[in-house]
Amino acid sequence: MPLTREGIAYRIAQDLPDESFVNLGTGIPSLVARFLPPGKTILIHSENGILGAGPKARPDEIDPDLVNANGDYVTLIPGASLFDHALSFAIIRGGHLTHAVLGALQVSRRGDLASWRIPGPRVPGVGGAMDIAVGAQRVWVATMHTTDQGEPKIVEECTYPLTAARCVRRIYTDLAVLSVEGEQLILEEVAPGVTVEDVVARTGAPLTIPPAVRTMEIPTEFAGTALLAP
Amino acid sequence: MDRVVATCDEAVADIPNGASIMIGGFGPPGIPVNLVKALRRRKLRDLVLIYCGGGTEEDGIGGLIADGAVRKLITSFPTHPGATAVREKYLAGELELEVLPQGTFVERIRAGGAGLGGFYTPTGVGTELAEGKEVRIIDGRPYVFELPLRADYAFIKAYRADRWGNLVYRRTMRNFNPIMATAANIVIAEVDEVVPVGALSPEEIETPCIFVDRVVEVPRDWIRRPAPAPR
Repeated sequence: MPLTREGIAYRIAQDLPDESFVNLGTGIPSLVARFLPPGKTILIHSENGILGAGPKARPDEIDPDLVNANGDYVTLIPGASLFDHALSFAIIRGGHLTHAVLGALQVSRRGDLASWRIPGPRVPGVGGAMDIAVGAQRVWVATMHTTDQGEPKIVEECTYPLTAARCVRRIYTDLAVLSVEGEQLILEEVAPGVTVEDVVARTGAPLTIPPAVRTMEIPTEFAGTALLAP
Repeated sequence: MDRVVATCDEAVADIPNGASIMIGGFGPPGIPVNLVKALRRRKLRDLVLIYCGGGTEEDGIGGLIADGAVRKLITSFPTHPGATAVREKYLAGELELEVLPQGTFVERIRAGGAGLGGFYTPTGVGTELAEGKEVRIIDGRPYVFELPLRADYAFIKAYRADRWGNLVYRRTMRNFNPIMATAANIVIAEVDEVVPVGALSPEEIETPCIFVDRVVEVPRDWIRRPAPAPR
């Protein structure tokens, strides 16, 4: 069974190590914060000047001066710090974030990321994605394996405008976990009930298949949220 | 030395047509909404705004754009919910957009305020946002050259000011405000509260008064908070 969007986020959260400093993009990446394993110190960075962002604020906790980069009213964890945008992007561009989890329109087999613009008569807007993609020590992508129309999002070459070249280390999808190693795109894990052939058929680039591909260890649900699609 | 002016209208009264104006804020926090609304009442033309988002009707920036007061917007993320005026004016060919990576946007302003002639950044290399810009290899890695950015005016939102214009921020109200306060010829701050000189701890002052030309007090009601946005 493929993972839900929350399932992808849950799977990523399991891989974040203790004492990591992590920026989460919009969409599926933002869901990772809900599944951070207890017992690990993981500080969430937000572009608008937070290190140590906590859960979304309950209505009685809302501070009108405290949002994250998604525009959600949030809380702060003990030990959080606040700063201006120049310092925030020094953290990003200076290589101080241990991990970034970003969404994607397309990822190439070499780890090129396209995530910011669909060509056509639209307003372009990039935000912090280009800085994060070049600056974070490890860039992981969280995405559905294909588009809503079934087109592969993992491709030989990106056809959408690039966010950054050769920046992605790992790709977490509803079907699989893949890692980018130089010219090779390695299939590390498949979702429960998903076959290697399923993943190959839905991927637009050649995969390196190890002799034994692991099946993800993931519960069906977590605190009432379905992690596997029915 | 008293930087306090009585009203937002007075604070923006000398801004001419064609002026370039930086506006702080990211999400609702840190947007000097009342200065923007006073600017809108001036009914100016050909403004160049330097603002990270696209503006909404509520924050007044979208209203300025909808009014046709803005010739060009230098921005990073003008595609957020509510940025309808940008979309309409841009697609109609009535608004020029310069879109920058957010770290490049703020660093250009920082360079402008710090007297630097620009900087090299790895951000944007190999993308369409670096097209036409100089690329230099430093220690084996390509970097794009970016120019400094300054403006005629900056609109700043801070929490507290003293009468000299020393500024204190709270929570994520900081964002672009302390940086923009360094990079404009005339810096106007909208604050919740003005306190006497000496009442602010020197250690909490994030924008020293040397940067600030005008301060307007616009109290906010801290007891009755706005209804939470739907989530």
